[in-house]
Amino acid sequence: MEFVTQHPVLVVSLIKIAIALFVVMTALAYLTWFERKVVARIQSRWGPYWVGPHGLLQPLADGVKFLFKEDIVPPMVDKVAYVLAPFLALAIALTTLALIPIGPATINVLGQPTQLVISHSNIALILLFAISSIGIYAVVLAGWSSNSKYPLMGGLRSSAQMISYELPLSLAIAAPLLLSNTLSLHDLVVTQEGGIWHWNVLRGPFPQIFSFVIFLIAAFAETNRVPFDLPEAENELVAGFHVEYSSMKFASFFMAEYCNMITVSSMATLLFLGGWTAPWPAAYGSRFVPVLIFALAGVVALYHGIETLRRRDRLTFPVFGVVFLAIAGVFLLPMVQEWLLPLFWFCAKTGALLFAFMWIRGTLPRFRYDQLMGFTWKFLFPVAMLNLLVTGLLVAWFS
Amino acid sequence: MAEIPIAWFLTLSAVLFVLGVAGFLFRRNIITVFMSIELMLNAVNLSFVAFSYQLKQVDGNLFAFFVMVVAAAEAAVGLAIILTVFKNRSTLNIDEVETMKN
Amino acid sequence: MDVILFLVFAIIAVVCAINVVVQAHPISSAVSLVGVMGSLAVLYLLLGAEFLAAAQVIVYAGAVMVLFVFVIMLLNAGAESRKGHSLMVQVLAVPLLVTLLGLLAYIVQRIYRSDTTVHFGGFTHGTPQDVGRALFTGYLLPFEVTSILILIAILGAIVLARKEID
Repeated sequence: MEFVTQHPVLVVSLIKIAIALFVVMTALAYLTWFERKVVARIQSRWGPYWVGPHGLLQPLADGVKFLFKEDIVPPMVDKVAYVLAPFLALAIALTTLALIPIGPATINVLGQPTQLVISHSNIALILLFAISSIGIYAVVLAGWSSNSKYPLMGGLRSSAQMISYELPLSLAIAAPLLLSNTLSLHDLVVTQEGGIWHWNVLRGPFPQIFSFVIFLIAAFAETNRVPFDLPEAENELVAGFHVEYSSMKFASFFMAEYCNMITVSSMATLLFLGGWTAPWPAAYGSRFVPVLIFALAGVVALYHGIETLRRRDRLTFPVFGVVFLAIAGVFLLPMVQEWLLPLFWFCAKTGALLFAFMWIRGTLPRFRYDQLMGFTWKFLFPVAMLNLLVTGLLVAWFS
Repeated sequence: MAEIPIAWFLTLSAVLFVLGVAGFLFRRNIITVFMSIELMLNAVNLSFVAFSYQLKQVDGNLFAFFVMVVAAAEAAVGLAIILTVFKNRSTLNIDEVETMKN
Repeated sequence: MDVILFLVFAIIAVVCAINVVVQAHPISSAVSLVGVMGSLAVLYLLLGAEFLAAAQVIVYAGAVMVLFVFVIMLLNAGAESRKGHSLMVQVLAVPLLVTLLGLLAYIVQRIYRSDTTVHFGGFTHGTPQDVGRALFTGYLLPFEVTSILILIAILGAIVLARKEID
């Protein structure tokens, strides 16, 4: 207890890190479930269904499976780099999350006022960019150290692709910065307050809708997602850079990919979609939206609980319905509204973008490699450059 | 002692620079030689930033920034040259690239 | 605290730099060099150059070294052989290096005298705002010249690396 009073900042930081780690790890696990469900719906399947209600316990089963799989280190690999790569991937992916604020409020923990971000920085955006640009080494090292041809090809493709797409990505980030005039992610959102027309994606003098689209496309490439998942194209390269990995090492790569998805989605939310601000002011009732959504979800769950295919759903559906209704009730409490509502909007926007990731995975085919490189150098990069130029000119003209 | 003498930074810079020179002299692989040059540039950058701190001016930072930009350009051209050399001679050993010698 | 940080990252930097020189495989050298650059970035932060620290990681570690690693993997060159140093290198290199280090250390310790000590937060003009202001006012000409240099480098790289059209 003495330690707590002597180092309040350190203790509060540790608490925040512990909470964030727990939440993110759970979110990662359920993101896989969500993705499988979404893709299954797009392909007219059911997806995970049997472990728990609607397959909700499937991530847990997967985790247990990964833990108990044999951890193979193939002979002829470069041991140090081989073991280092997956942990590097996960560590860097998790580190980036430390810079992302999820709400404006300062809350009191142990009498210590603290913001809803692990590490506040005035140059958070540059730092975020710096840390994530290191992430490529995990892929490259994994590809090289496996000492096998498919991983090597995957690593090569990945390094070329990530360098190439970093250019349009950074140019797309630069344009909204001209409007907001700050590098702190927190202040970035503050400049976008006041409804959807103040968000960078729609704000004058030049709406950043092009930047937003370019950012999303480049982000898909940076996170190695379909349609840019050339580094792990399974029908050409088996599984690309992580062919030789098994067990938790494979899971680390997997988690890192999902974590990067969360990072870029929240970056897009903060940069273009107004972060945690509501789409229209609270005076016009935006604070009742989460209540409405959760209440609706609760009622739907209760309704479906009356008549279900499987007997056990007769128990689980009403439970979920009651839980959703309780959450809706929590959103009505005035004392938590202050920080719960921003959190809701932030999660909703990020979630919508994550859904777009999965939607596109279920919809689009994969690029050919020369198309991929040609697309960024001949199209995306010039367009991003032009967009930045026009934005700069208009900002200079109107200021 | 809570503060670091600025000479420590400069000594570190000197050590890194000498290690870069050592790599440049001892290594036979063109790419490693090239990386040794980058190491030397980094060592010099550290000196620039340390001087910037000492003089309380941002100019040292800018010098380091320019060194960085030039190093990036140099890497692009240098690696292109290395690729060409490898294509023509299929070796990366600088001792074997000696056509002009005889 | 600052001293501990400095010592930790200085030692990492030196160990990684030694690793760059002694590792036989270029990839290991490259990864060690990334380690040097990363720890130097931390030292830049200590010296108040926050923009430069980020640029160091983005440009050097994130782009230049990735290019190196890419080329090493593309050429798939194995470890280099240890033999074949010329006589002059074998005899003279180590004494010369020691002399160089001694000379530099002498300059730093004796001729270059300074009582300046470094503590975190002692210099706060390395922010992006300050760097940008200096870059686009006093250093505008070098900045523009650098952009032309980069353009020439791009053209040169393309000319050198494109496929031979016979």
